[in-house]
Amino acid sequence: MAQANARVLPGYRLSISFTLFYLSVLVIIPLGACVVTATQLSWEQFRAAVWTERARAAYALTFGAALVAATISGVVGLLIAWVLVRYEFPGKRIVDSLVDLPFALPTAVAGLVFSNLYVANGWLGRFLVPLGIEGAYSRFAIVLVLTFIGFPFVVRTLQPVLEALDTEAEEAAALLGASRWQTFRRITLPALLPGLLTGFALAFARGLGEYGSVVFVSGNMPFKTEIAAFLIVSRLEEGRPNSYREATAIATVLLCASFLMLVVINRLEALSRRA
Amino acid sequence: MRSAELKTEDSELPTGNGTNSSSVPRLAFRGPRSQDPAWVRFGLTALALVAMTVLVVIPVISVFYEALAEGLGTYWTNLTGDPDTRHSVLLTLAVAPLAVICNVVFGIAAAWAIARFNFRGRTLLVTLIDVPFSVSPVVAGLMFVLLFGLQGALGPWLRANGFQVLFTVPGLVLATTFVTLPFVARELIPVMEAIGPDEELAALSLGANGRQIFWRITLPNIKWGLLYGVILCNARAMGEFGAVYVVSGRIAGETCTMPLQVEVLFQDFNSPAAFALASVLTMLAVVTLLLKVWVEGRVRGQRAEKSHG
Repeated sequence: MAQANARVLPGYRLSISFTLFYLSVLVIIPLGACVVTATQLSWEQFRAAVWTERARAAYALTFGAALVAATISGVVGLLIAWVLVRYEFPGKRIVDSLVDLPFALPTAVAGLVFSNLYVANGWLGRFLVPLGIEGAYSRFAIVLVLTFIGFPFVVRTLQPVLEALDTEAEEAAALLGASRWQTFRRITLPALLPGLLTGFALAFARGLGEYGSVVFVSGNMPFKTEIAAFLIVSRLEEGRPNSYREATAIATVLLCASFLMLVVINRLEALSRRA
Repeated sequence: MRSAELKTEDSELPTGNGTNSSSVPRLAFRGPRSQDPAWVRFGLTALALVAMTVLVVIPVISVFYEALAEGLGTYWTNLTGDPDTRHSVLLTLAVAPLAVICNVVFGIAAAWAIARFNFRGRTLLVTLIDVPFSVSPVVAGLMFVLLFGLQGALGPWLRANGFQVLFTVPGLVLATTFVTLPFVARELIPVMEAIGPDEELAALSLGANGRQIFWRITLPNIKWGLLYGVILCNARAMGEFGAVYVVSGRIAGETCTMPLQVEVLFQDFNSPAAFALASVLTMLAVVTLLLKVWVEGRVRGQRAEKSHG
């Protein structure tokens, strides 16, 4: 590795200085501006901005919807990864490529399409709305679109794990008389768990901050379908003297959640590498 | 995302074939990949295909269906008739490449520093590069508003000197660059670590200078990884919504990129035009996927070449 022959190659000073300069300008200073602005509020003002009834409803929805969507992504992602790795079927490579589509598709397009599919006369809404399932302009709509955005994370973290998984343990379990379901639950699932949790955490983290698609599908009704990111934008646009500080206060809450998730994901990734 | 390579490598290897069992003993003892009964296999495959259809296939088809619902002629007028829409396409085609170029330069510098040298705070640096992925795009946009807005830290000073960042193209580039910052670096660091410094050290010992090493050794070695990162970075840059939404002020015909223009049209109840523009972005996503598959094939080819040669 490079460590053994430290700094024999040229360009260390240049590359590290440029990297640090770039990260300072684009990441560290802007983050600092955010923290400084938030601290310009007194503790009472900060609490008042962060803990209004409307803000609490927005946090609950943001975290709740991201959690439910990440859970559904976990199940759907495991299913798709399993089928892609373990089974053969025609069109498998196309399906495999299509899993990446939510990564490549602009979120605004996803929002536009999903809102249109699930309204009463939409392609899917015409079947679901008569059953009382409102897949547009509702909380369920947010979960749906976050699942669309989240499930590829689970598929892509699980696929390599499943590929590398030795089938020997499963065969041994089968030889010893375990049913297929027992084998899956006792042998396969525990081996997949770190990867599954990583995918879940990635989908959850992405869901927490998602804005583009949710704006289109949710209707953005305060207390009902308003997410935290939308609340930040609407505070920012109010244009009162203190409104951008209040927006920053709410953003700080979201930032803390993001950093917590970053730490959790790093831990989980280290865990699944060891496994 | 590199799972596709593993899979094909795997299926190309002989499994359970008696004549090859001595050369690849581990694989020879491996049974068929699945012991599941047929009904489980069919059931799960069908379920997975239904999930993919509902989540991905139907939405994509519906974009094109809605865009073309009133015929090709209307589709074309929707795309080209409105000067604001035309401007948004050009703006996206200007902003995204600028952001990509910035992040390519950064990605190469960061990967060179991180994969070729050992220094204190290396892990911290890697984590720092990941930060834009975990920050909500809206919060990212807000950070730049706080920095460059009139009430912000640098805004008044810049304004006094004749610069405006917020609600202008430089602001869009800045926000887009932040959001897409990790893509190239994240792709290049593992690639450069896997290749190792041997070839570069050899070139150095033969008297090559830094520039020669980079252009003749490093760049040819990392080119496919770099292209892969550029493709992902570009897709995200063209599609970015949240961060750009906050810093742009959404001035139609001036700071509305394609995704923002989709929202403007949608808010104006001009659904056909919104879908027409969305269909262009969807085609972009499809092209991205195709390029991705192609590059993954090249990476695999290059790796096979290296291991055989």
